[in-house]
Amino acid sequence: MAIQKVDLTKIKPYGDTMNDGMVQLSFTLPIPWGEEAKEAARRLALKMGLEEPAVVHAEDLGVGYTMFVMYGKCQHTVDYTAIEVPKVDVEVMDKYEVEHYIEDNIGRDVVIVGACTGTDAHTVGIDAIMNMKGYAGHYGLERYKGIKAYNLGSQVPNEEFVAKAIELNADALLVSQVVTQKDVHIPNLTQLVELLEAEGIRDKVVLVCGGPRVNHELAKELGYDAGFGSGSYAEDVASFVVTEMTKRNLIKK
Amino acid sequence: MQSKLNLDQGLIEKARGSARRIAEDTQAFIDRHTTVTVERAVARLLGIDGVDEIEKPLPNVVVDNIKEGGGLAQGIAYWIGNAMIHTGKSPQEIAEMVACGQLDLTKVPVADFHKIQEVVTPIAQKMVDRIKGNRNDREGFLTNLGEGPKPYLYVIVATGNIYEDVLQAQAAARQGADVIAVIRTTAQSLLDYVPYGPTTEGFGGTYATQENFRIMRKALDEVGQEVGRYIRLCNYCSGLCMPEIAAMGAMERLDVMLNDALYGILFRDINMQRTLVDQYFSRIINGYAGIIINTGEDNYLTTADAVEEAHTVLASQFINEQFALKAGIPEEQMGLGHAFEINPDIENGFLLELAQAQMAREIFPKAPLKYMPPTKFKTGNIFKGHIQDALFNMISIMTNQGIQLLGMLTEAIHTPLLQDRALSIENAKYVFNNARDFGDEIEFKKDGMIQRRAQEVVKTAADMLEEIEKEGLFSTIEQGKFAGVKRAMDGGKGLQGVTQKHEKYMNPFVDLMLGGAR
Repeated sequence: MAIQKVDLTKIKPYGDTMNDGMVQLSFTLPIPWGEEAKEAARRLALKMGLEEPAVVHAEDLGVGYTMFVMYGKCQHTVDYTAIEVPKVDVEVMDKYEVEHYIEDNIGRDVVIVGACTGTDAHTVGIDAIMNMKGYAGHYGLERYKGIKAYNLGSQVPNEEFVAKAIELNADALLVSQVVTQKDVHIPNLTQLVELLEAEGIRDKVVLVCGGPRVNHELAKELGYDAGFGSGSYAEDVASFVVTEMTKRNLIKK
Repeated sequence: MQSKLNLDQGLIEKARGSARRIAEDTQAFIDRHTTVTVERAVARLLGIDGVDEIEKPLPNVVVDNIKEGGGLAQGIAYWIGNAMIHTGKSPQEIAEMVACGQLDLTKVPVADFHKIQEVVTPIAQKMVDRIKGNRNDREGFLTNLGEGPKPYLYVIVATGNIYEDVLQAQAAARQGADVIAVIRTTAQSLLDYVPYGPTTEGFGGTYATQENFRIMRKALDEVGQEVGRYIRLCNYCSGLCMPEIAAMGAMERLDVMLNDALYGILFRDINMQRTLVDQYFSRIINGYAGIIINTGEDNYLTTADAVEEAHTVLASQFINEQFALKAGIPEEQMGLGHAFEINPDIENGFLLELAQAQMAREIFPKAPLKYMPPTKFKTGNIFKGHIQDALFNMISIMTNQGIQLLGMLTEAIHTPLLQDRALSIENAKYVFNNARDFGDEIEFKKDGMIQRRAQEVVKTAADMLEEIEKEGLFSTIEQGKFAGVKRAMDGGKGLQGVTQKHEKYMNPFVDLMLGGAR
């Protein structure tokens, strides 16, 4: 028997056979462990659209709650061909290409100021992008010739961030948000845009945000020029910043 | 204990000597100064609690009052004692009078210094006795109820709501946890006051308040009886209110406190003068209360590379050890920190982790070392994350670590769900039980990769400490030698709360807790 071909207009999960729809999931229900609990989990999975739901493991968590590991077959499909996801639309250059680009097209140092703003104390993201060492072998912006990078660190109030941006005559601002519990990053990111607009410099800078729960679509929605999620490196951000500066004619100061 | 790493004992002694002189040099500065939060801690220990009508804590009310009156340098004990002589009222009643504007502490006629001492000392002694009572209670529980084997399983709860935290903490204890840490709400470390009362709102954590401490203590004592193990409670003695949190923890019988000498400077940009003075009094309190302090060297590796900067962790452990000794903390209460943070893609990375963990064990043999899980190289891949945590647990049991801060498979995604914590405890219990005595059964090859790595780290750390000894601690931090973070002597938050002590400075707790019968 030939292997079934994938139909991109109707894709569903793949376990070990095309279109078997196999999904694994785990969750906890606030009910005591037992046969009734397993049946509750099974019914819930049915409602989620999973056929033949199977509870393969159920465990008492000690407070009358039960954790489940389950498998089921997804009935739904999506049309892959109809998907459009907004992405940062820029050709990514490596470090040396960015440096050449600055030399050829900008002809002066690009000032980039970054921080973890608001209450966020986790600098791992901004450090990965900005610090000399970078992350996973990708050098940070501090090491780029032609870029003056200022990493203000963590818990920088938006007001202070904007003041520093003005003082340093920044070309680009990078905001990192790692703590996103209860969406605390949304009002904080929004407030920064409002402050920049109030100061009349929003149009004069390239404004970028990043973090594990940030994507380009969200960034655009909040009034940023770009958003970078996990797996982004310094060269992705640098390529965007320098290209955007040229595009928006922000080269002369 | 016989060294498995063939470490140069002379070099270790040399490093320890440098660290001692670094601490002594800095201690001279510390002894000349006090801060607003040190004084607020004294106010709390004198029994001042509660808030005024705009929710401002009364310890802040009284300390702000003497600061504005130019009397911070004498210390709050001096002014409260003086007001007690004048009014015949208790510290709490005096604080309430200050709150409603009926009394201005520095305007009260000044009594004789020794008279003030005479009225303050019995009140201070009463509090010190209460704290000693808590310590005895803990020892009683440990004797009668017992505790889990080391490494203690340490998990966090972080719902923001203390009552929800209680549910999660009790579940964790039933699943096998030994230490429950209530993560603080983000940014509490930068508040220059401690909030009051039970709280149900927080971001990524729950406010540290004395009432929240009390609620969780009670819950853990209850579940401890049920599971037949004493369950330790941990909180965070860092930020702008280090000594106040220590005072509250001592009063409510917390067992473990994050309490690093340098962490606030490097990672919260708190002024270095402020932190060094604050850490001293906070550690005196923790030491006396029998609280295990956890230091924060693991954090270095979240910003700096774990292979290249391993020696900074050891150097900082030496410094933290010496500062802790200065504050009367015995080695058995020093949960010196380190972490499993080497890039998982590095060939033989496990061997390097093993070398570091065994090295820390041999250099600080009595300390209940606090071992932190992988975080920096955790991705959203929970399956791989669970294996990373298993390797981390393996190192811990092979090297007899003291406090195992359990890794979560969902690290880098969200604060732990109930089931994440259960899986993580199951992981640790499995590995620890399955390899319980592995450490006693192994030796390391002479001059092999593990021995050489440990020897190299000790050597580099000793060199670094020698250099810091020459430069001084303040200027070393200014140059960014720790964690690659630079901090200025007069930079950062909280400097305005530091002041030089007056010759009539009074703080009865330093003598009561550091000297005499402990």
